[in-house]
Amino acid sequence: MNWTKYFKVLAAVTGFVLMTGCATKAPQFDYTAYKESRPRSILVLPPVNNTPEVQASYSVLSHATRPLAEAGYYVMPVTLVAEAFKENGMTQPSDMHATSVEKLRQIFGADAALYVTISKYGTVYQVINSVSVVSVDAKLVDLKTGKLLWTGSASASSDEGKNQQQGGLFGALITAIVNQVMATALDQSHQIAGVATTRLMSAGMGNGMLYGPRSPNYGKD
Amino acid sequence: MLTIRSAATAALLACAFMGGCATKQPSLYQWEGYQGNVDAYFRTDKLSTDAQTQHMEEDLQKITVSGGQVPPGYYAHLGLLYGQQGKLDQFAAQMQAEKKQFPESETFMDFLLRNFKK
Repeated sequence: MNWTKYFKVLAAVTGFVLMTGCATKAPQFDYTAYKESRPRSILVLPPVNNTPEVQASYSVLSHATRPLAEAGYYVMPVTLVAEAFKENGMTQPSDMHATSVEKLRQIFGADAALYVTISKYGTVYQVINSVSVVSVDAKLVDLKTGKLLWTGSASASSDEGKNQQQGGLFGALITAIVNQVMATALDQSHQIAGVATTRLMSAGMGNGMLYGPRSPNYGKD
Repeated sequence: MLTIRSAATAALLACAFMGGCATKQPSLYQWEGYQGNVDAYFRTDKLSTDAQTQHMEEDLQKITVSGGQVPPGYYAHLGLLYGQQGKLDQFAAQMQAEKKQFPESETFMDFLLRNFKK
C-alpha cells in the first residue's frame, strides 16, 4: 500500500467515524425562518403541564434559563415573567400560552417566545428501583411576525446509562444539574426534568436550537 | 514504516472520536446556585424570602470576586426578592443593573419599574 492509497482509506475511515460518532441521522430541520429571524432574546412561558404532577410546570421552567443562556440568548427572568402573568390575573399556563404575540412582545420585549408542553413527568415505582421519566416538547415563535421558527422534543429517564460519556458544554450542563441536585437533595423527577430540559434547549445538537448572538458559535451552525 | 502508520492512524482516529461531537467551550456565565434559587422560589415549601435573598447575595459576591459573568435574570430575580420585602429602592437598583448588563431586557424592566411604583 502506498501512502496516497493509505491516506484515502484513512480519510474514508475517519469520515465515517466523524459522521456516525454522535449523531443518529434524522431528517434535517428547515432552519430558514429561524435564521432569518435571528432572535436575541427568548421569553420562556411557564410550561403547559399535561401530567397529574402539579410541580411539573415550574420544575421544568426553573431549569430553562441555563441551557438557553449558554446557547447565547438573553432569557427573560423566569420568576418575574411568572409574577407578571399572575399580576394580570393569569395563573394557568394554558391562558399564558393563549396570549397574543403582540401583547407578549409589548410587555416583555422579547424577540421570540418558547412554548413548552410537558407530556410526561413523574416516578414509576417498581419492585427493585423507581424510574423517573420526563418528556417535553417546545415550539419557538417569532414575536414580531408570529412565525414558527423551530420545534423540538426531548425525554430523559433515570434508567439511562448512569455513566454515559457526554462531552463539551452539554455534558458540563448535565453534570451541573446532577451535582446541584445531589447538593440540595431535591427529588429525582426534578433532576430528570433538568436533563430533559437541557437536551431540549441546548444549541449544537442535531435538529436542536441554534446558537444565539451571545455565543462565540453564533452564525456558525 | 508500518509502526508509524499505525500510530498515525490511532492518533487521527482518537482525534476524530474525541473531537467528533464535543468542542471544548467555556461557560458563558458563572451560575453558582442561581438555578437552585429559582427552583426554591417556585416551591410551595420554599425557603423564607430573607434566606433566598441571602443566598443570591452570597453567590453574587462569589461571582464578582472571581470576575465571572452574572447570568441573565440574576439581578432581576434578586430585585424581585427585595421587592417582596418592600425594599423598593433595592428592587429598582437591581432592575437597572439587569438592564445595564443586558440591554435586551429594557422593555420588560421598564414595564416592571412602572408597575411596581404604583
